[in-house]
Amino acid sequence: MLGRDGFGIRSFRILSGIFLIVWLVLPLLPLAIWSFAHGWFYPSLLPNQWSLKAWEYALSDTAGVIDSLWLTIGISLAATFLSILVGVPAGRALGMYKFPGKGLVELLILAPVIVPGIAVVLGIHSIFLYIGLNNTVTGVILVHLVPTLPYMILVMSGIFANFEPAYEAQARSLGASAFKTFWYVTLPAIMPGIVVGGLFAFLVSWSQYILTLLIGGGRVVTLPLLLFNFATSGRNDITGAIGMIYILPGAIILLLTARHLSGRSGAVGGFGQI
Amino acid sequence: MTHVSIQSLTKTYPGSSEPSLDNLSLEIASGELAALLGPSGCGKTTTMKMIAGLLEPTSGDVTFDGRSVLRDKPEHRGVVMVFQNYLLFPYMSVAENVGFGLKMRKVNKVEIDNRVNDMLALVKLPGLGKRKPSELSGGQQQRVALARALIVQPKVLLLDEPLSNLDAHLRFEMRDLIRSLQQEMGITTLFVTHDQEEAVVLADKVALILDGRMKQYDSPDVFYKRPVDKATARFFGGQNFLNGNATNGQFKTSFGVLDLPIDCRRGTGTLTFRPENICVTGKTTETNTINAQLVEKIYLGTQTRLKLAVGTEFIHAVVNPAEVENLEQGQRVNIAIPPESLWVLTS
Repeated sequence: MLGRDGFGIRSFRILSGIFLIVWLVLPLLPLAIWSFAHGWFYPSLLPNQWSLKAWEYALSDTAGVIDSLWLTIGISLAATFLSILVGVPAGRALGMYKFPGKGLVELLILAPVIVPGIAVVLGIHSIFLYIGLNNTVTGVILVHLVPTLPYMILVMSGIFANFEPAYEAQARSLGASAFKTFWYVTLPAIMPGIVVGGLFAFLVSWSQYILTLLIGGGRVVTLPLLLFNFATSGRNDITGAIGMIYILPGAIILLLTARHLSGRSGAVGGFGQI
Repeated sequence: MTHVSIQSLTKTYPGSSEPSLDNLSLEIASGELAALLGPSGCGKTTTMKMIAGLLEPTSGDVTFDGRSVLRDKPEHRGVVMVFQNYLLFPYMSVAENVGFGLKMRKVNKVEIDNRVNDMLALVKLPGLGKRKPSELSGGQQQRVALARALIVQPKVLLLDEPLSNLDAHLRFEMRDLIRSLQQEMGITTLFVTHDQEEAVVLADKVALILDGRMKQYDSPDVFYKRPVDKATARFFGGQNFLNGNATNGQFKTSFGVLDLPIDCRRGTGTLTFRPENICVTGKTTETNTINAQLVEKIYLGTQTRLKLAVGTEFIHAVVNPAEVENLEQGQRVNIAIPPESLWVLTS
């Protein structure tokens, strides 16, 4: 019986693994094929002719894809960094302390996830108009914080809810300054949360379209904007090539940080906290 | 060597009307090992945190050798606190944990290594420096926590329930270790506990706190012989309380008169005596012999508890099991209470 059960669980695991791969990878396959196709018409299963032209174009200076890639990476890294900077103390306040109006603060932080981005961004747009942040990279970075912060704060509040503040008291009493206590004691303990929250923040910022379009005003062209341009103009081969480039950072980050996403870190539990 | 003085220390937490600690004053002499004893929630840990600088008192003062330390940041006070659950940093090895305080004081690496090794040997954990705290037993973790505190040679050492998480056989080992290291290094030490046995076994002096106020501050034996009031006597396992009147070296109870020691209080009060001081005797010639009826007899292995009825009063006794082997419930028996074991509390 035991052997049979073990076998059942194992085959279930393998099956669900295959299902996941098929579900995640299969939709990308046509994209990859398109990027190497030179004419691919119904009812052919594969392109009639293969070509590297789309890649040549995408990687050339004139297309601006590489510039746009660096810009997108820069914006996403900056938005992630700022999310961490704000999200760690905010998560600490929500996870560890009780204060009047806490429920309202939680609701306000969650609001951008619930309220459509377009509604939020129209208001921000008119404010940014006053302070001259529209059509600037800084403005885009700041507006990206609207959807990234909730994820960061949620993850960090979960981490801090499980954090024992007495460790900090212990470090202080052993002679560590407030900064050294944070550096040597708090930071290692909350690192899994920072990694997971930062990952979410990066990917959320990476995939912003509407916010970038409205605040960037078409001057700040990130990869999703570029991708959308080519997709709407019917250039499936170039869309495919840019699409592949667009997926790359996400895939790399995911592979590098996969171990922090395991249930052991407890970070994912943060979603249950609020 | 540091003389610690706690003066009228009071803490009221925000949003609370009752103070958690009310007007505590305490002197701990240089190199002394003192205990703060009291039930859970009586403000013991609050007191420790205020001495360590982790919590600000509402009023009162803490001085080391006459100098107020309230303005000093916790890292500059020279006070190290060892928490009840040890709080070893899980991301560091045992050696890194023990060396943490030295690293914060910017001691060079070679010296840290040497002193960590010496310290680990002192707490009888040589060679375990490379382990992670999670790989150690509870007793070992506590010794690491102690080593981590002692290595910085603090002016004052604070221990939170140092023996309560340990098995019975480890308690005495740990007690001896704490005492010998504390004596050797001459560190003024204060520990808190809710367990009177832990306080008696470890401390030079015990401060009993009940309901946020200090009842008595004395060496452990005084709490048994000369408690200040009924609650104090009860906390130390006192069970016998007889109301009456003390006059001319005698105490008048509802069932008769008992001889008192010379230094006793006079007037109406409550007579108390330890259950373990009562002797069961065949004779009637000893002073303070009372004829009583055995109501209850509970065998506890190394001792036997007796409940005896005298008139309308009950007397509790703890005796050697061999002495009362043949005694049956309901039987009448003579008991003697030595005058020097009697003590009168004002009611």
